[in-house]
Amino acid sequence: MLSDWTLWLEWFIKAVVLILALLTGFAYLTWYERRALARIQTRIGPNRAGPQGLLQPIADAVKLIFKEELVPAKADKILFFWAPVITMVPSIIIAAVIPFGPTVELFGRKISLSMANINVGVLYVMSIASIAVYGIVLAGWSSNNKYAMLGGLRSSAQMISYELSLGLGFVVAILLGNSMNLHEIVEKQRDIWFALVQPVGAFIFLIVTLAEVNRAPFDMPEAEQELTAGYHSEYSGMKFALFFMAEYQKMIVICMIAATLFFGGYREFWFLKDTFFSVDRNWWLGPIYMLAKVIVLLFFMIWIRATWPRIRYDRLMAFGWKVLLPLSLAIVFITAAGILLAQELNNPMLIWTIPVVSIMVGLFTVVMIYRELRRKAYERA
Amino acid sequence: MSVLDPVIELVRGLGTTLKMMLERPVTVQYPEQKREVRPRFRGRHVLKRYENGLEKCIGCSLCAAACPADAIFVEAAENTDEKRFSPGERYASTYEINMIRCIYCGYCEDACPTEAIVLGDNYELSFFDRRSAIYTKDMLLESVPDPHMLTPQKVEPGVYNRRSVPEMKDPQD
Repeated sequence: MLSDWTLWLEWFIKAVVLILALLTGFAYLTWYERRALARIQTRIGPNRAGPQGLLQPIADAVKLIFKEELVPAKADKILFFWAPVITMVPSIIIAAVIPFGPTVELFGRKISLSMANINVGVLYVMSIASIAVYGIVLAGWSSNNKYAMLGGLRSSAQMISYELSLGLGFVVAILLGNSMNLHEIVEKQRDIWFALVQPVGAFIFLIVTLAEVNRAPFDMPEAEQELTAGYHSEYSGMKFALFFMAEYQKMIVICMIAATLFFGGYREFWFLKDTFFSVDRNWWLGPIYMLAKVIVLLFFMIWIRATWPRIRYDRLMAFGWKVLLPLSLAIVFITAAGILLAQELNNPMLIWTIPVVSIMVGLFTVVMIYRELRRKAYERA
Repeated sequence: MSVLDPVIELVRGLGTTLKMMLERPVTVQYPEQKREVRPRFRGRHVLKRYENGLEKCIGCSLCAAACPADAIFVEAAENTDEKRFSPGERYASTYEINMIRCIYCGYCEDACPTEAIVLGDNYELSFFDRRSAIYTKDMLLESVPDPHMLTPQKVEPGVYNRRSVPEMKDPQD
């Protein structure tokens, strides 16, 4: 089977398309973010290079390529060189399992619209997501700069802490989808998105993704005001560009994953199931829906960055370990119990106990946080 | 203060930023769109003329003396009725301001006995080399509406004498 050259060709084409899509996606995400932030701050943003500033990313790229690359005298040269690569590669290959559409018939062969339709897709995503932290911590260490070091340490601690809740978010989707294959998880959302069955789970997932990609309000590793720039302080030119790319590609990819797990992936709104807008009728709508969902989720990330201040590092850790982790454990338990209940009593409507109980638990958490904050304020006074 | 207040405050913050998106941007698209300068703005100097086209500058060099940055250089020459530049006895044959040295303090304006030098509203002063930062008299001099008003003018003898430079009034602002 593997000797079949058309299969190789198919993989090659899909890989090239995916990488090109991610790289252009990165370039235009920077443009999108700058424009959206500018509008929120009642500015216009980059609008000079090309129509509506659409050539701005190209101008930036040219600038970065021609910039001088400095290597600190006492840096670990080998790791300093490889760290951007180690950061960059996972951010691309993680997208390999994300489905962009259903399996389609093209040129007389069945083609699934993902790089690799593997049956442990979720596991793959989790493992690759954890590799990304190596690049960051190595970059911080090899620069031989205390700020970079601190940024790298903060980043690794933060990512490891939030990865637990992220993993539990994945578990919720696995339970609801009854599969680890991302294609099947998406197809399970034909009738209803998982974000509606498990709103608290989806909400936690979205919070944790912000921390995973080091975005505001969890952008401590890159806090300009305290760490100059965090782990990439000493990087310039193309090496810096690689970190920048990795960061924005991770944003895109994590939004794709969030869309896949909780917002129906490439599928349409559940109420458009049997209409013209269904992916079953027109497979090419799949990538478009995916793109639209990613753009909306990215807007939320930008919007939050424009609104909320960065939270303090110890509070970030406390929030991750003392709030999100127990809450997501409870959410996993509730989800599993709800599914079991619906199965044992043979009543699919009982699945709706999940959102009800989850929201109650979420509110309980808010109450507990509130009481804790009040107690602390009382002790201070 | 209720339990949900912190959450409501967070969401209210989001609402505020979203509302700002609907507002008109305050950006001025500079090269195409320029803002009016304030009335007392101090930009590039202008050498003024009288209504008949004669230059107000009489080449007294008081501006050069007042200039704290030593940016102004004036050289004076005698007027004749054949070649009359200014109503006074003398006129500035050379008048140069080095815009790199100038600090736009406006002392030259204050020192001038004939209100000949005035700081205008042009702030677009950038140069590719030092030499082009030196503004000569013909660059600073006000333009005239009619070519026959250009200096030097040929005038009837006896029209201009020692007292023909008008008295200066009190400054307007």
